[in-house]
Amino acid sequence: MANSISVLAPKAPATDAAEIKRPLIRIAGVSKVYQNGTVALSDVNLDVQSGEFLSLLGPSGCGKSTLLRMIAGLGAPSSGAIDWPQAMYDVSGEPERSLGFVFQEPTLMPWATVSDNVYLPLRIAGVRRRDAAPRIGEVIRMVGLEKFADHYPRELSGGMKMRVSIARALAVKPRVLLMDEPFAALDEITRFKLNNDLLALWQEQKWTVIFVTHSVYESVYLSNRIAVMNARPGRIMTELVVDAPYPRTDAFRTSPVYNEFCRVTSAELKRTMADEEEH
Amino acid sequence: MAGEPTGEGTSRLARVVVPVLLGILFLCLWEFLVRWLEVPKFVLPAPSLIFDSLLNDYATLAASMWKTLGITIAAFFVALILGVTGAILFTQSRVFEISLFPYAVVLQVTPIVSIAPFILIWVGLDHTERALLILATIVAFFPILSNTTLGMKSVDHNLLNLFDLYHASRWQRLRFLQLPSAMPYLLGGMKISGGLALIGTVVAEFVAGSGTGTGLAWRIIESSNRLNIPRMFAALLLLSALGVTIFFGLSAVERLALRKWHESAVGREN
Repeated sequence: MANSISVLAPKAPATDAAEIKRPLIRIAGVSKVYQNGTVALSDVNLDVQSGEFLSLLGPSGCGKSTLLRMIAGLGAPSSGAIDWPQAMYDVSGEPERSLGFVFQEPTLMPWATVSDNVYLPLRIAGVRRRDAAPRIGEVIRMVGLEKFADHYPRELSGGMKMRVSIARALAVKPRVLLMDEPFAALDEITRFKLNNDLLALWQEQKWTVIFVTHSVYESVYLSNRIAVMNARPGRIMTELVVDAPYPRTDAFRTSPVYNEFCRVTSAELKRTMADEEEH
Repeated sequence: MAGEPTGEGTSRLARVVVPVLLGILFLCLWEFLVRWLEVPKFVLPAPSLIFDSLLNDYATLAASMWKTLGITIAAFFVALILGVTGAILFTQSRVFEISLFPYAVVLQVTPIVSIAPFILIWVGLDHTERALLILATIVAFFPILSNTTLGMKSVDHNLLNLFDLYHASRWQRLRFLQLPSAMPYLLGGMKISGGLALIGTVVAEFVAGSGTGTGLAWRIIESSNRLNIPRMFAALLLLSALGVTIFFGLSAVERLALRKWHESAVGREN
């Protein structure tokens, strides 16, 4: 039965024969303590496999965004390590991460057109405009904004701005797409549409996606694995595998199977939060 | 909504016509009162007399106006370069900022009139134009410095993170992020500085006194000494015209530069 849900114990080492290949990202014993003494993350262990769609699900303050930022190299862990076992390391010991980052806000430059915003990462990498043009056109088409390439961000709706932000992240052909609650500020109709488009792109392009969200429904719909996190201190409580087959469409969103996954995930989230209250 | 003055045509027309009508009314009243009360022309000349004086002395006054305008524009551009350079230094290095900013403030708050005599002596009394330029620059540069610094520091933090993520160099961050972000602030500072450059030039001309003998401010002093009050008013009129032109010129630059993207310059739909 393909539609079963399995709950893995936290920090369960992957011992299956199939899991011998090196993970794309290995997060080992990572903790983060802020200067004011707040423990944002405590002993987080997580392997991210190539090609998976992983969600970090948890209440606000559980450190999921902090973890995502550290994966991106924005801020170092206080202890532990985030390794990229498949990546080359440069002379300064920095891994070549090959990633795109989508923030909670679209974070576009208001003075630049859609195509100039998408060009930014390539421009920073020293690619000439002329050489970048085909790739810019390609990613803008991917997110369905070809008619708006010359528009300014203020002329776009919230959903369209987010699409630009995604296109910009894709411009450098990343292997990993990190998304920090990218659709949280959007209305439900737009969010569903973007969920579908994101899934279609992911299946087509075979990236690895790490997706931060506080929505059980969104995480179940999108991911094949969910790391359920909890706050104070931020840590991964349990991991869930959502082995419903892709492509997932609106039919999946209304299916009993989807409901069952959501119920189990909600229960897990609730259970971990109840644990916290006992502390 | 009907009745609201949001229609492009009506509001723009009204914005020009109403003040002009008010001005004409004021001038008529002035002319009438001066004639009716027989006010002597060395106390308050009638507008018609001022206009006559402007036409008769136009050659002298225009030459003075170009002189003043020349120094004002030169001071404005020097202030622009110094201010933007200063802001770039301040945002690139904290050491620069904490060590230099207090002195920028000192320059700003010290009344220009009190520095003028020193500057005049230092550059030599034969080079009053240089003194005027220096003084006007001192007055004009601070708004550009402080506004541009503020603008460059008001960069969206997520955008800064994004630049970090892609390993942008300092130069790239400055060129692609900080300077464009600072544009609205810089343009606002330029609008203030344009007016201040003119004020600085005029004040410096007043202090420099007869040594220059050419700018509009000197024409005012000279006319006042000779009790040629109509010419004094004519010179004053030209000064105001200069100030207004500078302000509207810089406003137009601001609108042009920001019209595509900044909330201050784009029209509202409702």
